[in-house]
Amino acid sequence: MNEIPLTHILFVSTALFFIGMYGLFTRRNIITMLMSIELMLNSVNINFVAFNKYLFPDKLDGLFFSLFIITIAAAEAAVAIAIIINLYRSHQSIDVDDATEMKF
Amino acid sequence: MSNYLYILWIPLLPLATFVVLGLFGRKYFAKTAGIIGTASLLTSTLLSFVAAKQYFFVDGKVNGVYQKIIALKYTWLQFSPNVSIDMGVIVDPISVMMLIVVTSVSLMVHVFSLGYMKGEERFATYYAFLSLFTFSMLGLILSVNIFQVYMFWELVGVSSFLLIGYYFNKPSAVAASKKAFIVTRFADLGFLIGILIIGFYGGTLDIGLLIEKFTSVQSPEFISITTASFLGASMLTWGLVLIFMGGAGKSAMFPLHIWLPDAMEGPTPVSALIHAATMVVAGVYLVARLFPVFSMDEAALTIVTYVGAFSALLAAVIACTQTDIKRVLAYSTMSQIGYMMFALGVSKNGGESGLGFMASMFHLFTHAFFKSLLFLGAGAVIHMVHSNEMKDMGGLRKLMPITHAAFLIACLAIAGIPPFAGFFSKEEILTAAFHENKLIYGVALFTAALTSFYMFRLYFAIFWSKEAAAKAHHHDAHSQHDDTHDHGEGTWTMKLPLLILAACAVGVGFIPFSQFITSDGAPLETHIDMVFSIAPVALSIIAILLSASFYKSQNAKSDKAVAFFGGFYRAAYKKFYVDELYLFITKKIVFPFIGQPIAWADRNIVDGFMLLLANTTAKISTAIKGLQSGKVQNYALYFFGGVLALSVLFIYIWK
Amino acid sequence: MNTSAIIFYAIATLILGAALLAVTTLKIFRSAIWLLFSLVGIAALYFWMQVEFIAAIQIVVYVGGIVVLIIFSIFLTQQSGKEMAKPATSKIIFSALAALLGTAFTFNLINHYGFNTTSSEPFNTNVSEIGTQMLSTTSHGFILPFEVVSMLLLAAMVGCIVIAMKPTAANIVHLNNKED
Repeated sequence: MNEIPLTHILFVSTALFFIGMYGLFTRRNIITMLMSIELMLNSVNINFVAFNKYLFPDKLDGLFFSLFIITIAAAEAAVAIAIIINLYRSHQSIDVDDATEMKF
Repeated sequence: MSNYLYILWIPLLPLATFVVLGLFGRKYFAKTAGIIGTASLLTSTLLSFVAAKQYFFVDGKVNGVYQKIIALKYTWLQFSPNVSIDMGVIVDPISVMMLIVVTSVSLMVHVFSLGYMKGEERFATYYAFLSLFTFSMLGLILSVNIFQVYMFWELVGVSSFLLIGYYFNKPSAVAASKKAFIVTRFADLGFLIGILIIGFYGGTLDIGLLIEKFTSVQSPEFISITTASFLGASMLTWGLVLIFMGGAGKSAMFPLHIWLPDAMEGPTPVSALIHAATMVVAGVYLVARLFPVFSMDEAALTIVTYVGAFSALLAAVIACTQTDIKRVLAYSTMSQIGYMMFALGVSKNGGESGLGFMASMFHLFTHAFFKSLLFLGAGAVIHMVHSNEMKDMGGLRKLMPITHAAFLIACLAIAGIPPFAGFFSKEEILTAAFHENKLIYGVALFTAALTSFYMFRLYFAIFWSKEAAAKAHHHDAHSQHDDTHDHGEGTWTMKLPLLILAACAVGVGFIPFSQFITSDGAPLETHIDMVFSIAPVALSIIAILLSASFYKSQNAKSDKAVAFFGGFYRAAYKKFYVDELYLFITKKIVFPFIGQPIAWADRNIVDGFMLLLANTTAKISTAIKGLQSGKVQNYALYFFGGVLALSVLFIYIWK
Repeated sequence: MNTSAIIFYAIATLILGAALLAVTTLKIFRSAIWLLFSLVGIAALYFWMQVEFIAAIQIVVYVGGIVVLIIFSIFLTQQSGKEMAKPATSKIIFSALAALLGTAFTFNLINHYGFNTTSSEPFNTNVSEIGTQMLSTTSHGFILPFEVVSMLLLAAMVGCIVIAMKPTAANIVHLNNKED
């Protein structure tokens, strides 16, 4: 695996991050926005592990970081779903464009 | 030289009264305001008499001349090392004399108003305004700096406005107060420009210094002001004429006299104080104060003379036709002030030829007493009859004996019959005019005859003419159901001032005025020339007899005279259409061609510019309002765009 | 070009392809499934990088937990049947532009930065090592974050229940305190 330089892995994670960002900006559905956010979090995870492996193989810090990120992502996804359910109850739709009360 | 600082109390006591009554009068002093005002003014009067005694008798002359003493000078606003506005108190013959005049007449008016204005709802406000006026007038008299004069000048104008418009529920009173204020304010424009010219060339605003600089022919200021010229007249002439314009406005000289008859809408004691004895002589006082400078410029003095003489004649002619008694008295005031003005105009500065100055000041002194007496008497009459018109009066001599006697004395005084006060002062004026300018003497003589005629027309119309039977009926019926308010001659507070002023009208003529007040401070020897006096006295007596035959009892002679004069009578009755001319100029010329374009520019250009700014801001804000759409994704997009831009900026462009 | 390189490129293609489909498809259920594939691809990448533990955690938590949760919520909000609305074209263009520009910028940065390794020790990722380090209190020990994360999970659980509760009369919280 040393033939694949670090930069290639970073390209992958960068592309994944911006795909997730594209989805975040474009999607009208809150659940699909949540999915895009999960993609972004995963790209960050790949980054951490790659850096740890290629640059600092004696320590495990990157690994632990990604571990905790996964944990926290799980908690956050759960809370987000709860909020989505609550929003659905009050607006009867999960379209983001229907929840624009905080405007001028 | 003793200390005159106590003179400061003379204006400050009325000021304190104004503040107290103005702020707390309505609530706490509603009934006692009159007593308070009168008490404070009594103190001021006594202090002015003390000051006069001290100045004229105790200190007396130094080297045969009465000194000008600056009792106090405080630099208020300094523009440059030489030019500053000071506040000060000057003690010199004319200011001390004016102190006595203003405080005495004001005191009489205060006492009279105790009875006349009794039962008024705004009693305290009335006395507050009276005190304000007295303070302003006293401040004007004692000013050392010409700008201080201007400040008190405006204060006097404001007090006059407040007092004329006292009955603010009457639209005519409101209109009259506005007219007075606007006309005098317009005149003050000239006054201000005059002050600026004189101050600029003189390099100072202090009256004493100005007189010093402009009276010596070699001083650089005098040379510069007489050589600089504008449209053919030297700047000295312009400055003095503009200052005189201010004085003419306040003193109701032609053509700025239109406010004085209308100002009679105010309460009659106010007319007695302001428009007879004190405020209207402010213009004369101003010219007298600056007289040494005026005497250096022939053109200015000529203008003063002719304006004064013409005003005197015009007013006398109009007064012969008016039927409202207060308006007759108003025009009579205008006429007498015209006398004072042209007396100053024909005078020179110093010695024998300064007779005109002395005569003018003497006439001011005596006129104050008999004119205020006339007005207060008219007030008593109006109080009884509840009308200003002559046709509602007649035969009142039985019902109001004291008023009748006082009024008669005042009429004799103004007609110049010896030994009453007016005779002496008019004599001096006629003598001065005779020696300097024969034309003016002729006009003055004719006007004196007219004066006697219309004053006695007034007297006979009020106290003789019709029989008092109907009036007595009215009086009895009235007194049956209203004995709380004495609808008769008035309370003792109304009669007392009449008596005191009548005594003055008789007695003050005998004061050797020329010993005290002359143009240069040194006493002047004058004597009554019997031969000379025959002409005016004889003319007056003939005029009195003529008016007696016309008006003492009702007959058709006056109507025949009216028919004889025809169109001229009509013009005089309409006050020679001066008011209509002013209205024409303002409404047809000034308003459409000057006022409206400026108003249009103000509304559309100035306001329009502001509105344009506001509207542009509103439009921009509406346009960018859409950025706050409430859509989270848009916000995220903008956020990311900003982050991207910043990172590019920081990494590539600003290394 | 050895096998591991080929495997890597295949995995990368899977990840990116599935992610792209996940964010562009208009059917919500399919989007969830594409997300699932993408996450499995990422797990495969972890396997390829020889961090098996993380790969396992990824599959268990992400694929087995989060994607399932997402599918539950799709059912709960009754969205699985109909197609989603297509976003506005201007939004697509601007977002695509932003994403592309961002990608280009970051690629540029990554290329220019010389990543140099500091040591060439072998990468030791066996579970016992991870476990020991997680519970150790010395430096490079992660006991504190471990405990905090467990508190976070507790708070998240309680929070989710409270937020998603049906508001019946019994459990509405009154904010004005009546005295004791």
